[in-house]
Amino acid sequence: MSAKLEVRITGVGAWAPGAPDWKHLRGILRGESAPADDAPARPAGAVLPTAERRRAPDGVRLAADVAAQATSMAGVDPATVPCIFASTHGEIGITDYVCETLAHAPLELSPTKFHNSVLNAPAGYWTIATGCTAASSAVSAHHRSFAAGLLEAAVFACTEGTPALFASCDVASSGPLVEMTCTRLAFGVAFLLVPGGSTGTAIDLALDGTAHEPFAGAGLALSAVAGDNPANAHALALLQRLAAETTSRLHLPLSTGLSLDIEITP
Amino acid sequence: MHRVPERIEPLAVTAYSVTSALGRGLAAHLEALRNARGGLAINDFSSTPLECRIGRVAGIEDAALPANVAHWDCRNNRLAWIGLQQDGLLDAVAAVVARHGAARVALVLGTSTASIGSTEDAYRRLDHGHFPADLRRPEIHTPNSLAAFVAEATGIAGPALTISTACSSSAKVFASAERLIRLGLADAALVGGVDTLCDSVLFGFHSLELVSTQACRPFDTRRTGISIGEAAGFALLERATAAPRAPRLLGYGESSDAYHMSTPHPEGRGALSALDDALARAAIGPEIVDYINLHGTATPKNDEVEAKLLPHFPTRTRASSTKGFTGHTLGAAGALEAAIALLAIGHAIVPPNLGCDEPMPEAAPWLALAPAGQRINVAVSNSFGFGGNNACLVFGRGEPA
Repeated sequence: MSAKLEVRITGVGAWAPGAPDWKHLRGILRGESAPADDAPARPAGAVLPTAERRRAPDGVRLAADVAAQATSMAGVDPATVPCIFASTHGEIGITDYVCETLAHAPLELSPTKFHNSVLNAPAGYWTIATGCTAASSAVSAHHRSFAAGLLEAAVFACTEGTPALFASCDVASSGPLVEMTCTRLAFGVAFLLVPGGSTGTAIDLALDGTAHEPFAGAGLALSAVAGDNPANAHALALLQRLAAETTSRLHLPLSTGLSLDIEITP
Repeated sequence: MHRVPERIEPLAVTAYSVTSALGRGLAAHLEALRNARGGLAINDFSSTPLECRIGRVAGIEDAALPANVAHWDCRNNRLAWIGLQQDGLLDAVAAVVARHGAARVALVLGTSTASIGSTEDAYRRLDHGHFPADLRRPEIHTPNSLAAFVAEATGIAGPALTISTACSSSAKVFASAERLIRLGLADAALVGGVDTLCDSVLFGFHSLELVSTQACRPFDTRRTGISIGEAAGFALLERATAAPRAPRLLGYGESSDAYHMSTPHPEGRGALSALDDALARAAIGPEIVDYINLHGTATPKNDEVEAKLLPHFPTRTRASSTKGFTGHTLGAAGALEAAIALLAIGHAIVPPNLGCDEPMPEAAPWLALAPAGQRINVAVSNSFGFGGNNACLVFGRGEPA
């Protein structure tokens, strides 16, 4: 089969209800703390300039928060780091607004909400906020968005020999779309990936054509955090292993014929 | 600091096709480009009247999907299926799947709105607050609807991804596929882009005051905005050794403006950086470029900024936007215009910049206003999107027979 991609995670970002950063979520995953009752209900989007933050929908604020955590922990300047943002559904609340408005008063569609509806809104706002002129992308693979996006970012880092930022975020569905999308909670994760090197957690990625049995999930306790979104559950499974700081292995569904084999070495 | 990328090994484009308002397949496009026959018509699509021209593909409504993939039915996937049936694409894909194995073939597709037209339709026909029975199909109400459908319809089982960066989406797919093949994660890749007309884009771009009431006039001093179109474009990429005489993907560049969500950087900073990287990966200078397919949306701002790239090329380089033919096909524009660049190379034509009578003086020395026959060895295609997302592609000729 094909070669292994050897990358290291040097920065992690996370946001979940009750756990607005990686430190909180890591504590929960290690069984050392509980979700905070007083945690903010919305991501802060603190890295966004005030005017942008006012216009930014929740998915953008979520992506900006986790991306800022990951780049800050890694100590890299986001202005020079290529970034890949994955999402199962994109800005689903805006999709609900757009479809609802189009059904009743299409000529009243808000221009700001329209440009916020694109899947690359998080990439756009992030690159504007950080002055990042490197390549940026927005990707999706439905329930396999986490693994497919992680592979895309690792491939970028390895071919270009550069650190790459990867974020995977989904916000809660709203309106009639809820029945079609099944994402009950906002959840986001980000990694700063470095090809080679010696610091951070090593994750070796390989494609596996044999082990594509359905993913068992990250355990009952975490299914609440994942908000019924399989991509979030996949992200949590990796975060759980990072939090445990032990050598381990994970298979995530990648495509109709492949899974992504992840070997984690702290 | 930005590092200049190294040269890449070119990839062979062993099959490609496109379907747009100009017709189905390459022959229809070649005929239209040679005769300056555009495909824009009065808008008869939107759910509420909107005065504009559109580039509509005829007959999508009558093109049902085969029974085994009928659960993917929606306008966007119907257009994808029409597109896949042209120019022997399905046979070419089946051949690489047979040769390398389904899991060794990657699928990277671009779209900006995927099948959101069906989601819009569901909201118009809600049944007591619920989606109507015929549209209770979660898989089509996601950005990945197109790629998931094409994977099932072709049997491709390798790495599969949707790229959705607005109007640069299906240019970036070439870059992602090249990286997968370079690392040995795939032996071939089907890339492309499909976007269909829907209320979201018609009324969305209208709300931004970017839609012209007339057929768009790229690089004309009197241009007033875009005409929206729909298209499906696909290309099959393999290592050049697999098909030495096939046309080649020589390079690509990607960048971000870091400037504004819906307005390009005034000096074209990101566009120029993407162009420089594309030429660096192709290991050529701008003086080698024979033809540029410009993004040329015909908004006042895009064309003003994009014209600032032209002085980097000698005036013998011919340039045109072909959006006057097809309209702006958004997430499909990269794949559509890559196909036009490949047609220019394969058939020695310079596609004209249809719709421009009074060229902007700063673009005029480069603009090809009328169809012309000319050998094209190297062609560039520009795609710039919302969020300041830029991609440039470089294509070239294969080895001589």
